Amino acid sequence: MPETLLQVDSLNKVYESATGRVEAIGDISFTMNRGELVCIVGPSGCGKTTLLKCIAGLLRPTAGEVQLDGRRVTSPPEKMALVFQEYGRSLYPWLTVRGNVELPLKHRKLSRDERAQLVDDALLAVGLDHAAKSYPWQLSGGMQQRVAIARAVAYQPEVLIMDEPFAAVDAQTRADLEDLVRRLHSERGMSILFVTHDIDESVYLGERVIVLSKSPTWVQEDLAIDLAPERDQITTRALPRFTELRTHVYEQIQRAKRGEAVRPSA
Amino acid sequence: MTTATSSASLSGHRRRQRIGTLRRVLLGTLGVVGFLAVWQLLSTLRILNPEQLPSATDTFTQLGVLLRDLEFWRNIGRTMTAWAIGLVIATVVGTALGTVIGMVPVLRRATHTVVEFLRPIPSVALIPLAILVYGLQMPAALIIIVYASFWQVFVQVLYGVADIDTVARDTARSFGLTRGSQLRNLVLPTALPYLMTGLRLAAAVALILAVTAEMTIGNPGLGRQLTVASGIGNITTVYAIVIVTGVLGLLINIGFRAIERRTLSWHQSVRGDEAS
Amino acid sequence: MTLYTSTVRTPAPKSRLWAKAGENTLYAVALPLALLLIWGVAATISSAKFFPAPQTIAGAFSETWIGPAFIDDVLPSLARLAVAIIIAVVVGVVAGTLIGLTRWLRELLEPLLEFFRAIPPPVLIPVFVAFLGVTDAMQIIVIAFGAIWPVLLNTIEGVRATDSVMTETARSFSLTRSQRLFDLVLPAASPRIMAGVRQTLSVALIMMVISELFYSSSGLGYQIKYFQQNYLIAQMWSGILLLGLIGVLLAVVFGFVERRVLRWYHGIKEVERA
Repeated sequence: MPETLLQVDSLNKVYESATGRVEAIGDISFTMNRGELVCIVGPSGCGKTTLLKCIAGLLRPTAGEVQLDGRRVTSPPEKMALVFQEYGRSLYPWLTVRGNVELPLKHRKLSRDERAQLVDDALLAVGLDHAAKSYPWQLSGGMQQRVAIARAVAYQPEVLIMDEPFAAVDAQTRADLEDLVRRLHSERGMSILFVTHDIDESVYLGERVIVLSKSPTWVQEDLAIDLAPERDQITTRALPRFTELRTHVYEQIQRAKRGEAVRPSA
Repeated sequence: MTTATSSASLSGHRRRQRIGTLRRVLLGTLGVVGFLAVWQLLSTLRILNPEQLPSATDTFTQLGVLLRDLEFWRNIGRTMTAWAIGLVIATVVGTALGTVIGMVPVLRRATHTVVEFLRPIPSVALIPLAILVYGLQMPAALIIIVYASFWQVFVQVLYGVADIDTVARDTARSFGLTRGSQLRNLVLPTALPYLMTGLRLAAAVALILAVTAEMTIGNPGLGRQLTVASGIGNITTVYAIVIVTGVLGLLINIGFRAIERRTLSWHQSVRGDEAS
Repeated sequence: MTLYTSTVRTPAPKSRLWAKAGENTLYAVALPLALLLIWGVAATISSAKFFPAPQTIAGAFSETWIGPAFIDDVLPSLARLAVAIIIAVVVGVVAGTLIGLTRWLRELLEPLLEFFRAIPPPVLIPVFVAFLGVTDAMQIIVIAFGAIWPVLLNTIEGVRATDSVMTETARSFSLTRSQRLFDLVLPAASPRIMAGVRQTLSVALIMMVISELFYSSSGLGYQIKYFQQNYLIAQMWSGILLLGLIGVLLAVVFGFVERRVLRWYHGIKEVERA
């Protein structure tokens, strides 16, 4: 199996709105290998969500292309799963937790038992096996986001894309969810593309951190995170190397906000 | 690459908006025209008996005749008068009762069963009673109109008064606002949009019942003219009056919806949206 | 010294629970009983011609309606009503879904539908009578035609505006079209649709009463009119009472159905209020 899972080439997206033409993404290129956990950060308004939607096939880019497994992405690919930021509006309130996790699996040719197995497995992985019969709105925000993650995990995608999934969750819950993501990555070898505005989070989670410039967006830096693969909230964040890396990313973002970074000519 | 506003694409977006509206208007008109055409064909080609379905042209010709007839306009006036009086009474009584009962929890609980029993009774079921008590006159019609419209206003005001944000009310109380001041500054603004919704619903219901009462009780008005025409087989008049009542209903709908939207506009910006 | 406190919960003593139940029942029946009492006393004191005492009405009720009249008049009326309601709801939801999801169709029909909905439904009865005469089928059709508009238009509105995040979720997981319709669009629209069904039910009842009162020679409505014309006051009242009971029954049944279908919706509202 080839190493490169996801390839983004010169992606460009321009919106026409009532106030004029907005270039959400200027020129973004990067690759992601199988089994990597890549984080994307950038100043607010730099088009992170637009980028994700283009990668996920929900938006058509104005120029450039995205390739998943060597095949061009024009509509949402079968092998990709998304976790949205607004879990409250992404989970279906008329379905139970189990119903929500099961729904995307129904159009796959699986037997009932196989489906049930996948659902149980996913719920166990996120720690919600006891809440299968509850409704999403009966659960806390953190638990609802776990349901969304379980839904994506059960789908058995090749790449899991997460769009600022923990932005609307309190700090303590966020720490638990971050560790959950790392666990999914290490125990199941899932390839994860994680967008966030939280710099510490991006360094804590990622093997690579891609820093975006401000609009019109391009890849300002592709940073390798050389922290140990076994991480935990207390010790890893106390490491000097962690502080170095996060300071570096922070500075990059400040430069991006000020528009100081110079784009290398194509 | 710049993010500067380019005038070419600005008009591009505006152009697309205008095309969208144009398309909607065009399709809508096409729908109406198509309907009229089908109607005309059904009758002229004798697919359906013209005695039962007059042609569109005949109907509109008769409508023209009616519109030049003073008595027809008087009938419209009579119907709208009954509508207006009934609506006003229903609104005043509905708002008063709704506010009082809504604000006193004891009253709400005590009246709950009575309300839930009386509300589903179709106002038209009272027509025989109304005829007995008031004869075949407008007061009988008014009873029917008011009974039906009242519930629309009452229920909405009840909801509105109950919907007062508890934090806001506690704030008002802690600042020592008098009952009257609370009423003006807290209850009224909260309940007003509900009242407007109730008013819109009541206006529609009042029209239905005003016409229905004239059809059944026989007090003068559009409804009575309709039954008379139907009785003597004047089918074009029947259809013409149907169209006129539809237009009246449409005008009432549009008018009250506009009023409702006006009062709702500031309310929406303060609170979240709610499903109707 | 304790470091923290916790609320101690003791189960409510049985006497409190009984008191609560008693209180609720009291509130429920106090006013109705009081009103009936006042009416009964007033009727005995001064006999108003058209307002017989509740006892008299109750007597007339059991005399008139509990017996063959029930099968001859009431059941057919109810049957016609039921059939008409089913037709209106089914056609309304199906057509509404189709129209709501097809943009050009919706734009084509919108002005027409708004106009038809604005016509006071009883006005159409003479039209249908001219077409179909006074038959069972005509009654059903005219009730259905008059009652369909709320559910039809509410379905169109509900189906158009599905939440964008939910739709994107469906797209990102490649749900099939049938899944999108039945697992997303329709459930999301169900609160709106149910609101329409509620209005449809009350319009249907109105149509049934009118068409039977004045355009029929049998049925519940016709009977009431007969009583009124022959000054059988108590019987007339009993008929009105029966109509009221039917209305209440419809409302109660609808309440049950709605609470079940929209259990999730009410659940969310409760959580929001808390």
